[in-house]
Amino acid sequence: MKYIDEFRDGDVARRIADRLATEARADRQYSFMEFCGGHTHAISRYGVSELLPANVRMIHGPGCPVCVLPIGRVDMAIRLALEHDVIVCTYGDTMRVPASDSLSLTKAKARGGDIRMVYSAADALTVARDNPERQVVFFAIGFETTTPPTALAILRAQREGLKNFSVLCCHVLTPSAITHILESPEVRQYGTVPIDGFIGPAHVSIVIGAAPYEHFAEEYRKPVVIAGFEPLDVMQAILMLVRQVNEGRAHVENEFTRAVDRDGNLAAQQKVSEVFELRPSFEWRGLGEVPYSALKIRPAFAEFDAERRFDVGYTPVADNKACECGAILRGVKKPTDCKIFGTVCTPENPIGSCMVSSEGACAAHYAYGRFKDIPVKVSA
Amino acid sequence: MVNLGGIRKEVSIELVPQAQVGDYVIVHVGHAIGMIDPDEAERTLALFGEMSAMAATESAA
Repeated sequence: MKYIDEFRDGDVARRIADRLATEARADRQYSFMEFCGGHTHAISRYGVSELLPANVRMIHGPGCPVCVLPIGRVDMAIRLALEHDVIVCTYGDTMRVPASDSLSLTKAKARGGDIRMVYSAADALTVARDNPERQVVFFAIGFETTTPPTALAILRAQREGLKNFSVLCCHVLTPSAITHILESPEVRQYGTVPIDGFIGPAHVSIVIGAAPYEHFAEEYRKPVVIAGFEPLDVMQAILMLVRQVNEGRAHVENEFTRAVDRDGNLAAQQKVSEVFELRPSFEWRGLGEVPYSALKIRPAFAEFDAERRFDVGYTPVADNKACECGAILRGVKKPTDCKIFGTVCTPENPIGSCMVSSEGACAAHYAYGRFKDIPVKVSA
Repeated sequence: MVNLGGIRKEVSIELVPQAQVGDYVIVHVGHAIGMIDPDEAERTLALFGEMSAMAATESAA
């Protein structure tokens, strides 16, 4: 496909790797975090880490929307379906997230809950139009990329005067989560990881633009390079980060100029701010409560807010004790440092958040990297 | 209507009202959220190429 294949050329990747090996200084370590799950997936799938010099390490960040969704929010959606007889519509990868009482949305569906997988928020609206006698809730998750479509759905429901459609809003924000990783009190608990720079998300940045990272790069003196989701984009971004570190710079640079500019998609931002406002605090699975890191529906659209329409309070639920997701999401531990990785916790039976979606650090390593951990023995 | 490597799918362009037939858009959950700038794409590819040319010069030197 055009604009994809050219960005996956293996020969060019090797040449960028040679360049990296030349420019990365042997007398220091480089640790970069790719915030976004799309990059985590690309790095594992295309073997990007194999191409990096030994002293350049990638830390997989918490930018996987399904992974950071706390158990308590999934419990709310399950209660809506099982106790309030609501049709719950949601994205496919939300269906398998493990919730309380060994349930997930998939298992709640097997118990008779009317839970439907949709491709887009617009499809949830169609379900509401087709079932005027039933209440329909769209369980909305994701970062700045999925938020504008949810805003459009709410605006359209208002225009059409739909009385049976509402949204359980779990939309979260990228910049506040990056900040939290660097300055949260848990840093003391988990120890600190020196992060030398960040690869900025691709699709999120299409919407919000490059500007929101500027304050962050300046205040924390960490370079940020926004990169596309293809392997060559990631390689090039790592090279740009190494150069910034070598030159002592901490700027926002943009490798993904074919789709990202400084301001982002203003039409999308306008729809989002019309419908949503900041939540003072929101729980992230693996990170805990993060201040001003999520959105809620504005009072003007209260009738489309499932949290106001239905009596479903939020109860936080702790993760399994053996799970190391908190440390893995901060880059302090690797998936293989977790005792239950690949044994109890697998993509078929995910215990922790990082194993749930293909974008999670553990699931990506399980799918594409777990056999590389086993040393190959050649017998004569 | 977009063509995703052979699969035809209807997506909303409400978030990129400037999109025209023949443009390349980036699709996320059924909505086009941004557009590809062909000139910038070429420039990025040229940057990759330049770098490899540079590497070749160095190894020749």
